[in-house]
Amino acid sequence: MIELRGVTKAWPGGAGVQALDLTVPEGTCCALIGPSGCGKTTTLRLVNRLVEPDAGSIRIAGQDALAQDPVQLRRGIGYVIQEGGLFPHRRVGANVAVVPALLGWDAARTRARVEEVLALVGLDPAVYRDRWPHQLSGGERQRVGVARALAADPPVLLLDEPFGAVDPLRRAQLQEEVLALLKRLRKTVLLVTHDVQEAVRLGDSVALMRAGRLVQHAPPAAMLARPADGFAADFLGADRALTRLGLFRISDAARDAATVPGEALPEATTLRDALSAMLERGVRALPVTEGGSLSLEALLASR
Amino acid sequence: MRWTWRNLDSIGAALGEHVLLVGAALLLAAAVALPLGVLAARRPVLRAAAMGGSAVLYSVPTLALFALLVPLLGLGFRAALLALASYAMPVLLRAVVTGLEGVAPAVRDAADGMGLTARQKLWQVELPLALPSMLAGLRVAVATLVSAATVAAYIGGGGLGVLILTGLDQGHTEKILVGATLVCALALAADVALRRMQRA
Repeated sequence: MIELRGVTKAWPGGAGVQALDLTVPEGTCCALIGPSGCGKTTTLRLVNRLVEPDAGSIRIAGQDALAQDPVQLRRGIGYVIQEGGLFPHRRVGANVAVVPALLGWDAARTRARVEEVLALVGLDPAVYRDRWPHQLSGGERQRVGVARALAADPPVLLLDEPFGAVDPLRRAQLQEEVLALLKRLRKTVLLVTHDVQEAVRLGDSVALMRAGRLVQHAPPAAMLARPADGFAADFLGADRALTRLGLFRISDAARDAATVPGEALPEATTLRDALSAMLERGVRALPVTEGGSLSLEALLASR
Repeated sequence: MRWTWRNLDSIGAALGEHVLLVGAALLLAAAVALPLGVLAARRPVLRAAAMGGSAVLYSVPTLALFALLVPLLGLGFRAALLALASYAMPVLLRAVVTGLEGVAPAVRDAADGMGLTARQKLWQVELPLALPSMLAGLRVAVATLVSAATVAAYIGGGGLGVLILTGLDQGHTEKILVGATLVCALALAADVALRRMQRA
């Protein structure tokens, strides 16, 4: 659990954070979004004290983060940044072992853990452990970055635009995979992104910031359905209703027993893609692979 | 070649002096440049002063620098050593600063975020990543010093320059050639050795 209470940080040029209250419950992911300079990255860096607050309190897993030694605090928090921030002069295995080494783990324990976390992020340790960072693709570097953050098994992870440098075609898959992994491991995650689609897909809650203040903090579907103000509505985009449909699947909607002609869609298809298929085919109902059909009325009613 | 065979020991001594002069000057210069470079890479004001000052120092001609130091330190090895060190220091300083500045901000950020102390970050991340730049600087400094140390003979610093100077004085061509050839060979050998280190 991450709790920020009345946290304030002023920068000379603006772009600070003002009286911010934010709670990320244990085992959930909060996506921080907002225009550049809104203070979302500052907020993230306040949690591991790469930025020191002027006022307020920060608690991580019930402990007062401001009372701890910042270096010790950071060793207990996973940190993933764009491109992974891997050390270019160390092999993948040594990069993953950075925090265990700082914590003084012995060689055997470190080695076993390195193999374990590399496998967790989908990289075969035998293949990747001895590679250099420059020999990896953007996506592989990012996976190593996540493995490195998980190495000492911290309860809390901070992800700063972690998928920004990954090839767009692979990005969605990597996002889903990493978040599913963090969810399975019951990690508490604070994620900074400037991409609304990424935020609503990955966040259990979305925190929208503007000029150092929290505008709205809500589950993605609720925020897309009811933006707090005109700024939130604009930022979420004129297509926010469609974005919201993308959060639900055919299996979430009421199904008709009637069979209709045409190519069937599996029920894992998002309602957004189902609506797109209806538009494309010029029909008001679609057959579903698992049986029955989805009507336009049922799709609209499922909002 | 008869002179050469008869004076092998004094030629060897001159070569030894030359190497010692260059080596000691390098150590002295590095002892100043390394800590100063580490500090300057973090503090913009100090960086500007150090880089500006070292540019001025480096642009002073070798012989002029030697001449300027004579009233302060007199003649001899110590004066020559100090002059050479102050000649190599700017080169090394620049190499340390540019090397440290070349470390990607994301790498520093990751080091901080994972909980490395400032000292651990410097020794485990920043200096290893600055090493190629520092080795390149070392190569330039060595080449500069091997040739500048020849001029040290003017202020009684010893070395291979003595052979060249006295050779010129006495119109002794063989002596001049031996001195000059050895300086060239020394410079080339040092460069080859350092280039090997850079590649490794």
